[in-house]
Amino acid sequence: MALLHISALSVEFPTANGALRAVDQVSFELEEGEVLGVVGESGSGKSVTMLALMGLVPIPGRVRAERMVFGGRDLLGISDRERRRLTGKDITMIFQDPTTSLNPCFTIGFQLTEALRVHERMDHKSARRHTIALLEQVGIPDAESRLKAFPHQLSGGMSQRVMIAMAIACNPRLLIADEPTTALDVTVQAQILELLQSLQRERGMALILITHNMGVVAEMARRIIVMYAGQIVEDRSAAGLFDAPEHPYTAALLAALPERGGIDGRLATIPGMIPGPYDRPMGCLFSPRCAYATEFSRRVPPELRAWQGGRIRCHYPLGDPQRAAKIAADQPALER
Amino acid sequence: MTPVVRARDLVQTYAVRRGLLRAAAKLQAVRGVSLEIAPGQTLAVVGESGSGKSTLGRMIGLIEKPLTGELELDGADAIKRASGTAARLRRTVQFVFQNPYGSLNPRKKIGAILTEPLIINTDLTRKDRIAKAQDMMARVGLRPEHYTRYPHMFSGGQRQRIAIARALILDPKLVVADEPISALDVSIQAQVLNLLADLQRDTGVAYLFISHDLTVVGHIAHNVLVLYLGVAVEQGPKTVIFDRPLHPYTQALLASTPVTTGTKRPRIVVKGEPPSPINPPPGCVFSTRCPYVTDRCRLERPATRVVAGRLVACHYAEKFLQTMSS
Repeated sequence: MALLHISALSVEFPTANGALRAVDQVSFELEEGEVLGVVGESGSGKSVTMLALMGLVPIPGRVRAERMVFGGRDLLGISDRERRRLTGKDITMIFQDPTTSLNPCFTIGFQLTEALRVHERMDHKSARRHTIALLEQVGIPDAESRLKAFPHQLSGGMSQRVMIAMAIACNPRLLIADEPTTALDVTVQAQILELLQSLQRERGMALILITHNMGVVAEMARRIIVMYAGQIVEDRSAAGLFDAPEHPYTAALLAALPERGGIDGRLATIPGMIPGPYDRPMGCLFSPRCAYATEFSRRVPPELRAWQGGRIRCHYPLGDPQRAAKIAADQPALER
Repeated sequence: MTPVVRARDLVQTYAVRRGLLRAAAKLQAVRGVSLEIAPGQTLAVVGESGSGKSTLGRMIGLIEKPLTGELELDGADAIKRASGTAARLRRTVQFVFQNPYGSLNPRKKIGAILTEPLIINTDLTRKDRIAKAQDMMARVGLRPEHYTRYPHMFSGGQRQRIAIARALILDPKLVVADEPISALDVSIQAQVLNLLADLQRDTGVAYLFISHDLTVVGHIAHNVLVLYLGVAVEQGPKTVIFDRPLHPYTQALLASTPVTTGTKRPRIVVKGEPPSPINPPPGCVFSTRCPYVTDRCRLERPATRVVAGRLVACHYAEKFLQTMSS
């Protein structure tokens, strides 16, 4: 049985002009020990999806789902008390900016032992011993003396290591890393990715890596979910996705990467922008920017369906042999 | 042709206070960097945080004066400025900053933002200024009706277009672009990179492009300067450096950059983090993290010299070249 099962998860934020739908009917499963990459541009709903899973969606956000099951336990009907027992122990999360995720008023040692004392009911001494071992595991030199350090005395890379130590303290079954290396320098980013990868392998924990950096997921994840405007548009193995993307959005996103060069030094671009809350298209959400949009796709939203060993939300997947005929039959849209 | 910029041995230090009673420390941001940019060329300055890349840009952009060193902009001495040249010099170099949310005045309409440099620096009539601003807007892909809108009505990518239009409206010879696309989404990054390339082709403007993203640099730059702790460890034509990096730091940077294409390079993970620029290591700046470090590196600062078509500051550059060729 899958470790995590989410179906039809939606998150809405009420605003003066009606509800803003940040996450729209997101469904996915995650196996024990799997590494999943979630990519998308800003506003694609990738972070809010994970916050909903953690029970951290800020008020007045509304979370609805058909199912949300983690390790056989239903997360929907759970009391706040029970949820707190789960988060920080079995599901943990690290965030983009490590320097603001740590409490500046307490020492590293205090913040690290807290999780162990609360969740594992360890006494002070064994928590301390355990914490030193953890810091050594995440590659912090001279761990014992670091316990007394305050967050401002650490560099960005060191702070992120402390966050990771805190996240793995109680042997979680799932670690969610939200842009864990975006605030770090390239050489330090490589160190942190290496650390996450080795910890994941040693402990067999599942890892969800949220990022906008295609290169990072390409090197880390086996499977990748691409999100656009709150929806999953493609879900596929990393190898398949980067070699032969099926969704026009994924293909356009990859073509826009500077490393892919483009033709005559010009990069491929995606015209327009992600739809805002007030200009959501009627049909496919990507249709106003899609090079292959038709009158049909502008009217009828595609469902997320199984396709080529993965899933896709598109009427005309790029690998479909009947694609050209289908587009012709549905009347290509004249203008974008 | 006269280079747009010629800088020699630029040095900049800052006094950093460390508490009430302790003496101020000297932070060496840039420690003797020389560079040249020809018209119509792009020099990318690559480095991590604290490498001094922004300080270098600010000195060349005339925002701050170097402590020592020589700087010529378009053939004119920019440090001992002859009387009357200051205003002309400022017109030759303009800036585009990283954060388009912070670099545009929220209380001014786009028209006012674009015409202000013309009021200060030219004798154009009001009508000509408006015409020039509207022409510039069209060239960066903004619509005429945007003229009377405020910055908050635009997305990040559009704001960066406005910032680029403002930088180019005085027809500068050089634009210093400090991380101009790192705050933007991938699809928008591509649009702005294309725009910068188009404008360079049309106007012959040169760019000093400051970036930490090597995939972007690999795409846009003609020449590359790799900065580490205020020292140019390797500098030369992009293809030369990207094909065969000779400085271990450049090698590490290239190997650490995650990419989606091709065969995966073995990741050379350098240990630790850059030391503080307040007390840099005495020998080679990279010696504390270099995988090939020797005693000589820790004591003796390597000379910058030409090896295989680029400038490099590593004692063992020639050796690396030999092992690579064999």
